[in-house]
Amino acid sequence: MTELVQLVVSGLATGAIYAIAAMGFTLLWQTSGTINFAQGEFVMLPGFFMLGFLVVPNMPLLGAFLLTVLLSAIVLGWGFKRVVVDPMIRHGVLPLVIATIALGIALKHIVKVSYSVEAQPFPNLFPPGVWNVGGVAVSVHDIGVLLVTLALVGGLQLFLARTTTGRAMQAVAQNQDAARVLGIDVPRMILLTFVINAILAATAALLVTPIYLAKFDLGESLGLKAFYAAIIGGFNQMRGALLGGLLIGVLENLSAAYVSHQYKDAVALVLFVAIILFRPEGLLGKAEERRV
Amino acid sequence: MTALLEVRGVSRNFGAIAAVRDVSFACAPGEIFGVIGPNGSGKTTLFNCILGQIRPSAGQVLFAGEDVSGLSPLSLARRGLSRTFQSLQVFGGLSVRDNLIAAAQEFDGSLAARLFARSDAGLSERADATIRFFNLGRVAEQRAGELSYGQQKLLDIAMAFMAEPRLVMLDEPAAGVNPVLVDALKHLLARLNRERGATFVVIEHNMDFVMSLCHRVMVLAEGKVLAIGTPAEIRANPAVVEAYLGA
Amino acid sequence: MNRIGWIVALAALAVLVALPHALRSYGIYLLSLWALYAIAAQGLNLTLGYAGQVSLGQAAFLGIGAYTSALMMKAGLSFWSALPTAAALCFALGLLLGFPALRVQHHYLAFATLGFNGLVYLILRNEEWLTGGTFGIRRIARPELFGVPLRSPLDFYYLCLAALVAVTLMLWWILRSPWGRAFAALRDNPLRAESLGIDIRAYTLLAFAIGAACAGIAGAFYAPLVQFIDPTPFGLTTSLAFLLMVVVGGSGRFFGPFIGAALVTLLPEWLRFAESYYLLVYAILVVILMVWCPGGILAIPDRLRALRTATGARPEPVRS
Repeated sequence: MTELVQLVVSGLATGAIYAIAAMGFTLLWQTSGTINFAQGEFVMLPGFFMLGFLVVPNMPLLGAFLLTVLLSAIVLGWGFKRVVVDPMIRHGVLPLVIATIALGIALKHIVKVSYSVEAQPFPNLFPPGVWNVGGVAVSVHDIGVLLVTLALVGGLQLFLARTTTGRAMQAVAQNQDAARVLGIDVPRMILLTFVINAILAATAALLVTPIYLAKFDLGESLGLKAFYAAIIGGFNQMRGALLGGLLIGVLENLSAAYVSHQYKDAVALVLFVAIILFRPEGLLGKAEERRV
Repeated sequence: MTALLEVRGVSRNFGAIAAVRDVSFACAPGEIFGVIGPNGSGKTTLFNCILGQIRPSAGQVLFAGEDVSGLSPLSLARRGLSRTFQSLQVFGGLSVRDNLIAAAQEFDGSLAARLFARSDAGLSERADATIRFFNLGRVAEQRAGELSYGQQKLLDIAMAFMAEPRLVMLDEPAAGVNPVLVDALKHLLARLNRERGATFVVIEHNMDFVMSLCHRVMVLAEGKVLAIGTPAEIRANPAVVEAYLGA
Repeated sequence: MNRIGWIVALAALAVLVALPHALRSYGIYLLSLWALYAIAAQGLNLTLGYAGQVSLGQAAFLGIGAYTSALMMKAGLSFWSALPTAAALCFALGLLLGFPALRVQHHYLAFATLGFNGLVYLILRNEEWLTGGTFGIRRIARPELFGVPLRSPLDFYYLCLAALVAVTLMLWWILRSPWGRAFAALRDNPLRAESLGIDIRAYTLLAFAIGAACAGIAGAFYAPLVQFIDPTPFGLTTSLAFLLMVVVGGSGRFFGPFIGAALVTLLPEWLRFAESYYLLVYAILVVILMVWCPGGILAIPDRLRALRTATGARPEPVRS
């Protein structure tokens, strides 16, 4: 029983990171129809940004993180939209899919060539250590990750529901034409989602890099799982992305412990296939009528 | 007179909203049957119920005496019930001729036989005749995606008739089409009806189009049948005038 | 295909027959690899380019084909029984993979097939009793044909080339039949296709199955070509490479995969000096190509013509 609880908690922590990346994925899809195959690399790269900033003497981790958020917002938010998405979105989904795949490869190799092929150690935001809560040992890192994720999700939900800008963004996600009629600056809202996605990715990097170490291929399975999480939860629902991510994290942990460690990575795929066969709108999603 | 298409008490609800309420009508072979009504009167929902895109909440659809309620669009097409869509739906990457052949090639023989069939599936002559009939001769070898809107519209409608269906349901054929072409379209459809006995059901906003083309017209309002009759009867019906024409 | 197409194809074939005599064994090996990649890429071109179904699992089928032929030959069976088995197995698995495609489109499908590839990779790596795991399968023999052993690189190259010609003719036959038109109709507008009596379910499944079978055939030849297989070449990277081959060459153009496969197999060799920058340069070139001419290399003439006749004309959209 104790073991089960420990597995669930650490699974939740892993899942929370999938969920953050998945939420960014969902946002981009909702507002601009962009499927970002480079999402995993969007999490990998900020890790290296932070390492770069940490070279500066006496730079605190949080300072490096804030600078990274800024740099990510510019490069992976604004830059990505301007250079890759904008020129291509009118050609339909496929060229953009190909382009983001190629972008992912390019980002990996930029890091490989310019930084290192080897995994780099990365400082942890949270102190090492284990708390004992009623006989259950939970690592401080896991709790920290969960708290940061909760704060992030809560903050994002508040922003979307309570602020004028947030509500305008939701309107754009639901119906661009209607939003335009209401006088909402649609292009600006779309740009904002790209920036938010970049910030989410930078945060995920802060949480995940200490565990997996900064390595050029860090994003490979992360991006895939973020996508699966988004689908499993429901692609048109932010809460869905959260649920999907947590579910994958927990089930991966449990199946690694009780079923097969070697097939841990298949868990997300199996869930995903089950979802698209039996409930394609996702666990929390609303069915979209087939459009002409 | 046995009806080719008979709709019996079809209703469709979306949540608490009744989009179509207890609609019944029948369309005889050789007839041109029009469906009009203001926006939101349930025309498109009714069409989708008949054509298997959505499932009616209640009621029955009979085609040539057979209950076809809830059959898939594919089964309906194979039974000879063809349709067009409100928006343009052509195969943009194929030539006009290939669009037409594609529209009819799946009706004879088995899937396996088609792998070994002639490339044109024996439909070149029929495609040529259709191209002539719809005045598409100059663009026959062009990719459909490169044609003008009007030409694509003609092709779109021509495709619905290629397989020589028993009934064609046209969803707003005149929408977005310039007045000259609307007129040409009307004459082409009337000729198809006169010369080949083609039967069709037309949903349309364009009043003149419906009134001058159709033999009988059904008026929908708020999902219900307001009146069914000849164009002259419809024009004279006070309820219709009040609900729709007068506006 | 018109007369010019045939003349170009025959001329290219003549070059392919003559060329290896001017090459060393490594060059012949590369050319053989190109032929096999072109087979698999042509299959993907049918699935993706003609029928519009995104598949990122082509390397998995290459792997299944390769392991099938390697294991059957290790078990003492002939290559000529392994080849049809590999093709049939991949055809069946392709059908199976097509089922999600009946429910979802585009990006969902891309990730579903990518996931399938990941799963196959895991199985190849983990089921050591069958596949040898990361140790792989060694010393795979090259086949005989009518009692003549095809051991030399040159002999085996001609076998690969013959397979390429056979598969190309088969696909040409399929695509010129009414099936080809039905695939294109499925790609361009499934909704309309269905309303015109085209069984989009059947054609979707067929598109996946035929594409997969091509990769299975390529894989069956791949094992005796390299003579040692492990899971590495059948991972996601190779699947993405196949996708790039199809799209860069010109998705939905008959000869696109030949050019795409050449770029992916031969370019790295020429760009050896660039070492690890190669993939970076390649990826950036793909992004530029997609931005400027999403129809691929074979669409560049059309694109230039469009630019000349109407400035600001938009390139053809790629439908999927």
